[in-house]
Amino acid sequence: MVTLSTGSVILVNVAKFLTRRAFSTSRIVEAQQMTVRDALNTGLDEEMERDERVFLLGEEVAMYDGAYKISRGLWKKYGDKRVIDTPITEMGFAGIAVGAAMAGLRPVCEFMTFNFSMQAIDQVINSAAKTFYMSAGKVNVPIVFRGPNGAAAGVAAQHSQCFGAWYSHCPGLKVVSPYTAEDHKGLIKAAIRDPDPVVVLENEILYGVAFPVSDEAMSKDFLVPIGKAKIERPGSHITLVAHSRAVELSLDAAKELAGEGIECEVINLRSIRPLDEETIVKSVIKTNHLITVEQGWPQCGIGSEVCARIMESEAFYHLDAPVIRVTGVDAPMPYTKSLELAALPQPHDIVRAVKRVLNVK
Amino acid sequence: MHMIRRLETAAGNLYKEKLIRGFCHLYSGQEACAVGMKAAMRPQDSIISAYRVHGWTYLMGVEPVGVIAELTGRQSGCVRGKGGSMHMYAKNFYGGNGIVGAQVPLGVGVAFAAKYSGTDGVCLALYGDGAANQGQIFEVYNIAKLWDIPCIFVCENNGYGMGTSAERGSASTAFYTRGDYIPGIWVDGMDILAVREATQFAINHCISGKGPLVMETMTYRYSGHSMSDPGTSYRTREEVQDVRQTRDPITSFKEKILTAGLVTADELKKLENDIRVTIDEAVKKAKTDNEIGLDELPCDVYSAPLEPTVRGITPWNNLEHKRLGPAVNLH
Repeated sequence: MVTLSTGSVILVNVAKFLTRRAFSTSRIVEAQQMTVRDALNTGLDEEMERDERVFLLGEEVAMYDGAYKISRGLWKKYGDKRVIDTPITEMGFAGIAVGAAMAGLRPVCEFMTFNFSMQAIDQVINSAAKTFYMSAGKVNVPIVFRGPNGAAAGVAAQHSQCFGAWYSHCPGLKVVSPYTAEDHKGLIKAAIRDPDPVVVLENEILYGVAFPVSDEAMSKDFLVPIGKAKIERPGSHITLVAHSRAVELSLDAAKELAGEGIECEVINLRSIRPLDEETIVKSVIKTNHLITVEQGWPQCGIGSEVCARIMESEAFYHLDAPVIRVTGVDAPMPYTKSLELAALPQPHDIVRAVKRVLNVK
Repeated sequence: MHMIRRLETAAGNLYKEKLIRGFCHLYSGQEACAVGMKAAMRPQDSIISAYRVHGWTYLMGVEPVGVIAELTGRQSGCVRGKGGSMHMYAKNFYGGNGIVGAQVPLGVGVAFAAKYSGTDGVCLALYGDGAANQGQIFEVYNIAKLWDIPCIFVCENNGYGMGTSAERGSASTAFYTRGDYIPGIWVDGMDILAVREATQFAINHCISGKGPLVMETMTYRYSGHSMSDPGTSYRTREEVQDVRQTRDPITSFKEKILTAGLVTADELKKLENDIRVTIDEAVKKAKTDNEIGLDELPCDVYSAPLEPTVRGITPWNNLEHKRLGPAVNLH
């Protein structure tokens, strides 16, 4: 966490306060920053402290402090019982985690990346997602599956897939994909407290990114509701809908476009199951144009789902142009640096798409 | 055992009458395994198995009508008809699982939770000779041994994985040794007392901190793999007859207790009669009871639903997500 020295903060803000008329006091102390990594770490720590049944298992989560250092310090604090290194056997340890959840514990099962979750996907879907329904509401499965999802940098085809579409397809799961540090903290805590199976799709590139964090978010009881999107940037000309890293790309594009007088409304989905259809529809009714942005593949992707929902909703009648999906290229991820860059949407791709949809040069 | 035998016979008949649909895997012949194991289980112990579980469901506290009506998909079924043959649940009984082998890691997880919470419970994780080669079982043998998890891996070896005999499916059919670094015992699964004693031994082994154990119960199923399998294309009728006549678990136990003077023939007759009446009544109810209403189709997808509706067949008829079940892990 990086903060300005307290003294100078107070002076600056007192001056601001005296020179402004209407002022929200919570903004005065909004000078703290937190990386996504620390937000997750803090969220995990707080929930483990709060509920003894919460435990973390996965490869390298304990002694190594986490492959991406998300669980740094937790093993030292909580010990072998609550932070557990597993052998490299995803199907086995995911199944054990699900069984432990059925029996009343609150496991957080880390997949080192979601690419490896494919080895365990039967346990996620057939054991975790469906059991509550099959048991006519007897056995709920309060488990969290978390880990980095989607494209990283230079890790090639087998380590770069986005699983948002795969998991959000299945009833019985809740699926979240946070962007800001507050999103990560609030959603990991909400996921752990949720009595149903929750898939938390993080992003390796975001782990090191610092975001401003409000005072409210520093509280041990700060939660972000699962299923609610957030408007990161209001706008009136076009709506951009994205999740995870694609929100950053959309915001970058929006900044550039604002310089040309085009105001984009950027929606950070935060959850992809449930999908906050209401927020998207409301926005489209306002802006009449929609582009979805994601790093995952186009076919049957998150953008496809958003398009379908818009088609089936009142928002269709407010569209002045077809909805366009900006997605990763429909090919396995290449290693070559320039090709990898070209395989994923960049802000200029979004800018171009916006201009085309708005019929602007 | 007799109750289970009758129950399974009734199920077979109902299936032939087309009142049970989909899959129906009968336990007839294997009764000594379940009943023997249950006899050694303590209240804090749990069990999980695959899909040949009608008998286990009954043993874990569900009345026969709850089992049979579940098979016919009616509301008095133990999960209201929503699960069917392969997805029945009761206290400390985690199903009823359809994916071969997946129940074993789940069972290790249940045992893990028992150790974590200090309940002193063990979990019996059952699987067949067909499932015994599943990679995920070896993955959890490893973890169970590493972490000293009180899990008893029970391989119910009935000689056939569907239509593939154990010899044709496994390079090593000594299933009790497959745990390698986990000690294993072999039990005559047709002898209810042997099963009970072996299970007792296994439970003591686990709760004394010695870690997991493998237990192979050698048994036999009279029916085919499921009701769609006559069970004769891969084995001879003579073989089945032979087991029925010489090794039937119920007949041999009956002889034992009669000879020992522990019961009289009349007492047994009364018992068998009562059982027949119970099953007959259960079948009647299972035939005539109603299915749950359509309003229960979107019910209990989530224990804490975040949206009020479930998307229907078309966007114009979304269904109301209701909450009905007790959700044992809610708080």
